[in-house]
Amino acid sequence: MTGWLDALIQGVLLGGLYALFATGLSLMFGVMRLVNLAHGDLIVLAAFAILVLAGKLGLDPFVAVLAAFPILFVVGFTLQRVLLNRTLGPDLLPPLLVTFGLSIIIQNGLLQIFSADSQRLRSGAIETASISLGGGIAVGVVPLLTLLSSIAVIVFLNLVFYHTPLGRAFRATSDDLEVGQLMGIDVGRIFAIAMGLAFIVITIAALYLGLRANFDPTIGPARLLYAFEAVIIGGLGSFWGTLAGGIVLGLAQTIGARIDPEWQILSGHLAFLVVLALRPRGLFPRALD
Amino acid sequence: MPVLETRKLTAFYGDFQALYGIDTTMDAGETIAIIGANGAGKSTFLKAIVGLVRGPADSVLLDGRPIGSRAAADIVKLGVALVPEGRRLFPSLTVEENLLIGGYGRKMPGPWSLGRVYSLFPVLKERRSSATPALSGGQQQMAAIGRALMSNPRVLLCDEISLGLAPIVIADIYAALLQIKAEGTSVVLVEQDIVQAMKAADRVYCFQEGRLSLSGRPQDLTRDQIHRAYFGT
Repeated sequence: MTGWLDALIQGVLLGGLYALFATGLSLMFGVMRLVNLAHGDLIVLAAFAILVLAGKLGLDPFVAVLAAFPILFVVGFTLQRVLLNRTLGPDLLPPLLVTFGLSIIIQNGLLQIFSADSQRLRSGAIETASISLGGGIAVGVVPLLTLLSSIAVIVFLNLVFYHTPLGRAFRATSDDLEVGQLMGIDVGRIFAIAMGLAFIVITIAALYLGLRANFDPTIGPARLLYAFEAVIIGGLGSFWGTLAGGIVLGLAQTIGARIDPEWQILSGHLAFLVVLALRPRGLFPRALD
Repeated sequence: MPVLETRKLTAFYGDFQALYGIDTTMDAGETIAIIGANGAGKSTFLKAIVGLVRGPADSVLLDGRPIGSRAAADIVKLGVALVPEGRRLFPSLTVEENLLIGGYGRKMPGPWSLGRVYSLFPVLKERRSSATPALSGGQQQMAAIGRALMSNPRVLLCDEISLGLAPIVIADIYAALLQIKAEGTSVVLVEQDIVQAMKAADRVYCFQEGRLSLSGRPQDLTRDQIHRAYFGT
């Protein structure tokens, strides 16, 4: 019994990580209808950025991530402004091709610079610290922080989207690109800001990715898959839905692993397929689309 | 100097030419009606003015300044706003948010504010928190006009604002238009409803297959002239 309860709790916490992977993707799709095939690689890229900053400046990863935020915001802003804006249009193929290419470039670039060795973000005692909940169940501090961070990110993004002029511009542009321009919205700039924000979320995801497990330049595509599944399970256009999607995925994986460790990955994908079959628009689709 | 002028304005959608050299002028405070059959190029004419369809710089002049090649996001800041055909409110924004986004990046000083738009269309204040798809057609049209006013335009372009509305609602909308004109705003009306257009306008331009077929003051034009300019003979 305790084992099952433990699996549920760990599943929810793991869902926090998947929600962080997915929220950046959800943001990009929600604002610019961009399907970013390089998303997983960008998370890995950000993890290396934190690694380098932490190493060079001798900082704890939790501090290094603060230094990484402005850098990755600018990288995201520039990437969108200079490259990705040119791919957006009525045709869905160009952004897919370009981000696919980007994925290959990032993976190989990282391999060149950092080799295929596994890396890890080191933060001392907190990595292994846990809080006992009694009854033989304990939760790790880092997994707990991961979930809390994903909730904080989503609360923050909802504040931006629903309570600021910038958020109004995001939603209006997403609704109707042409009329958005008639309102005086510089669409290229709005998209670049959205990508900058998405990169902040990517950086937070990268911090927990690197703290929880080893990473190397090739693990991006698998993170992309989890991120996609979380977004689709949750329903497009809703950040809370994305969190729910991440948790569904995390739960399915830990429950599957509880039944048989070999089933962990498979049961996540099966849960995804079941949701897709029963609710093709996801659990919490935006009412209007 | 005319507030708005088009010179040999042409417009293309790919290889398809929609406008063939349109010359028009509009004085400050004037109301112009553009009439013509479906596909005559009326909406394209408005899109070319606001920058959604771009052409040579000097094909559209605002206060004598060439703006024909500028982006739509810049032109609204210079004081030209469009109420698009079919209203095209933002469905994921509330009524009030739709109005507020109309004032996004507003550069022009002027009379319009959220409060002024609400006093022009009190029903919008009641529905301020509603999602726009929940509004009636007339209310949606009011919200679309209010949204355009929030940028404090000197020139307001209205594309088919009476389309699909009940006569009593159309009367309300045109009554509001009189108040908008009273602020000194110049208005361009694109209308299918010729009678309505002729009543509201100081001057009329008739389009036919992308060309000007007739222009003049409503009282100087005969039914027969308009009929011929509208349908061709």
